Amino acid sequence: MAGSSAQVPSVVGTPLPLVGKSTTKPTWCPGCGDYGVVAAVEMAVKRLKIPSHNVVIVSGIGCSSNLPHFLSSYGFHAIHGRSIPVAEGVRWANHGLTVLATGGDGDGFGIGAGHFVHAMRRNVDLTYVTMDNQIYGLTTGQASPTSMMGQKTKSTPTGVIENPLDPIALALACGATYIARGFSGDVKQMADLIAGGIQHKGFSFVDALSPCVTYNKINTFDWFRQRVYKLDAAGHDPTDIHKAWEKALEWGDRIPTGLFYTVDRPTYEDLEEVLAAGPLALQPAGLRGKDRLLDEFI
Amino acid sequence: MAEISVRAGGAAGDGIASVGEVVSRSFSRLGLNVFGLNAYQSVIRGGHVWFQARASREPVHSQGDRVDVLYALNRETVDIHGPQLAKGAAVVFDPEKFSVAAGDLPAGVAPVAIPTLELARKYTTQSILQNAAGLGATAFLSGIPLETLQTVLADSFGRKKGEIVDWNLGAAADGYAYARSHASASDRAVGPTGPAKLLLAGNSAIALGAAAAGVKFLAQYPMTPASSIMHWMAAHSQALGVVVKQAEDELAAINMAIGASYAGVRSMTATSGGGFALMVEALGMAGMTEVPLVVVESQRSGPSTGLPTKTEQGDLNMMLGAGQGEFPRAILAPSDALEAFQLTIRAFELAEAWQTPILVASDLHLSESYMTIDRDAISLDVDVPSLFQVEPNGHDFKRYAYTESGVSPRSLPGQPGLQYVAGSDEHDEKGHLLSDVRAGVPAWVAERNRMMEKRMRKLEGLRAAIDAPVLEGPADADLTLVAWGSTIGAARDALGLLAAQGRSVNLLAVRAVYPIRPEAFTGPLGHAKRTLLVEANFSGQFGRLLRAETGLYLPDRLLKYDGEPFYPAEIAGRAVEVLSHGG
Repeated sequence: MAGSSAQVPSVVGTPLPLVGKSTTKPTWCPGCGDYGVVAAVEMAVKRLKIPSHNVVIVSGIGCSSNLPHFLSSYGFHAIHGRSIPVAEGVRWANHGLTVLATGGDGDGFGIGAGHFVHAMRRNVDLTYVTMDNQIYGLTTGQASPTSMMGQKTKSTPTGVIENPLDPIALALACGATYIARGFSGDVKQMADLIAGGIQHKGFSFVDALSPCVTYNKINTFDWFRQRVYKLDAAGHDPTDIHKAWEKALEWGDRIPTGLFYTVDRPTYEDLEEVLAAGPLALQPAGLRGKDRLLDEFI
Repeated sequence: MAEISVRAGGAAGDGIASVGEVVSRSFSRLGLNVFGLNAYQSVIRGGHVWFQARASREPVHSQGDRVDVLYALNRETVDIHGPQLAKGAAVVFDPEKFSVAAGDLPAGVAPVAIPTLELARKYTTQSILQNAAGLGATAFLSGIPLETLQTVLADSFGRKKGEIVDWNLGAAADGYAYARSHASASDRAVGPTGPAKLLLAGNSAIALGAAAAGVKFLAQYPMTPASSIMHWMAAHSQALGVVVKQAEDELAAINMAIGASYAGVRSMTATSGGGFALMVEALGMAGMTEVPLVVVESQRSGPSTGLPTKTEQGDLNMMLGAGQGEFPRAILAPSDALEAFQLTIRAFELAEAWQTPILVASDLHLSESYMTIDRDAISLDVDVPSLFQVEPNGHDFKRYAYTESGVSPRSLPGQPGLQYVAGSDEHDEKGHLLSDVRAGVPAWVAERNRMMEKRMRKLEGLRAAIDAPVLEGPADADLTLVAWGSTIGAARDALGLLAAQGRSVNLLAVRAVYPIRPEAFTGPLGHAKRTLLVEANFSGQFGRLLRAETGLYLPDRLLKYDGEPFYPAEIAGRAVEVLSHGG
């Protein structure tokens, strides 16, 4: 094996750089909530001192899914709705890497909902951050799975007539083992939640309320500021699943942020015995010397 | 030609596939060449299923056209297959279940009554052993020595020991003895000829080839007839160190495989047409992000759910066109188990060399039929070079650097200083997006062209790299058959039938279906006196591709879309028609 995350020597004399901003500047609208999220991701990964070459950020398609381009780690800007399966593949190929998936509410709860559900039940060890703005932004303002009842959008001129999906309750039902909600207006809390998610062994979900300043005139920064309160300050016990359910269902005049629930459960990688021998990318490949394998066909 | 064909038929749940596999393996242990066809329906119990095991000293490439011994588990089997029985054939049945009179069968076909249930009752009251007794009788009639049958039967229980194994061996011996004292063996019986051969279903050969090529990750969603690739790999997952992931759907399966490949392991997915339809968007992403990927598409009868347990080559158009926009790809179509092994390895080599998706086009007939391979013809010593090939250079890594071949240096996550973002959007040499603020700006419009042309240069590389079709049979024939993939088998057997009739016919066997190298086809076909295109689809999809790529039009066709595999006699019949009546 010519090299690996563990074996590739560092450039002599220089410490391996941590994740920082890339040379590409974000192209989001001025004031977009996603600026807060990318800042929080950068802060979290920096704080954990994970070198940038050992971080992979996978995204789908949508305004928020451009995020990997703005940081100096490895990235995979995939097709719409498929950030999670790509991230899972990365993780299983090399579980020595820190893997994050990022995207929006349409990407994750609409077209990609099936993957979200299954990644949680299999407790794959990655951190999934959704920039939830309750609208389709890049396609210029259609209703999303988290748009509220009655909201008028280009695709729902007389108002949304579907109940919004509750990402936190969905995550609880599907067995995610770290479930949090952040708000772009509080980057420090968001960074804490993302760092906690990265440190947590298992599927960590951070629903980041990230207002769209262009197409969602209802769920604005001010709208959220009037409603959000912090779970830890309110004395919430994140190890109590019943309390977590209670808080998950709370949405309206008051919106809780922070860690709803966390539990230790073996990860998919823990239970996949092939991975016990180390990252797959570093394991020997091929069948040289394994001719006895042919005996079963005799 | 010294050969014998044994057919077993009954209802789903009767154990027909096991009977067929045991008979096939008994033949392959005797050193015979075998082709085993498993014909079944989309039901778990009931209906009508059958298995044909054809064995010969000479190579066999299809299930053939005849039946010498029929083991019938129900009366329906006699009614369905009886008319095809040739003079000298025998029908094994249990008179306790139903009766068969000589008058029910074609002239010269002998009913052979074997009390399988009664013989089985010596060991247990359950009817489960009837097939062991039936196999014993079938083996005697087919010239399979009892000890060969018993060894194969015992092996089929794996490490299991105990009375159930002993009962099976006993009932097989009793069935064998009963048949010997009440009937005579088929005069087409073929004796042992040499060392045992390997017997593999096409899908096992694909999975074995993938493992030999160094696959470390397989993600798949169950779908007939691709599922058994996953079954084989899952059974060997720990021994071979291959992660096998049954995904939540085909969208996930291919995206997982792409993620794993991007992160540095050889990866693949396998499916049938319906699942492949779901994978189409991600296939294009592999092309755009230049991630190596092997996709096995085992075709079955379409459209839509179609005939899920029946074969077809109807997905070629989809494989050619899968994905929006244009990106390089190749389609390899093995014709038998050995080629399934070899071309799967080749697919991995090409995928990695050209950093693009490579499709292995199988179909139900190839994936699920059993074929023999000489033990010496197969080598697992396949060179698997490391994927860590780019030295860290500290800065300014151009993952999508413009090169003459179109192939750019590829780093893997975990390598310091070589970070990049693999983007499904159009991008520049460093992977930076061209799709948003640069789109349409003149300098970047030119960049888009350069990047598109860089990727598409790889298609020309693939075109030069893939194998030319092979002309089999006499060089200066009166008729040239053109076939691809699994259809090559029956076409090749048809050559034998035609030669025996004094007809001069050859075969252009196409295993690398795409990209087409025109001169590889215009050479042999330009000189052909007449041609006959043989394809298992309605519209002659390969014929259309060939015409588009070379201008060659093959007017005479034998197209089949009834879900059944080609039979050598029907190809030979059509060939004679074309030769005699001009099409």
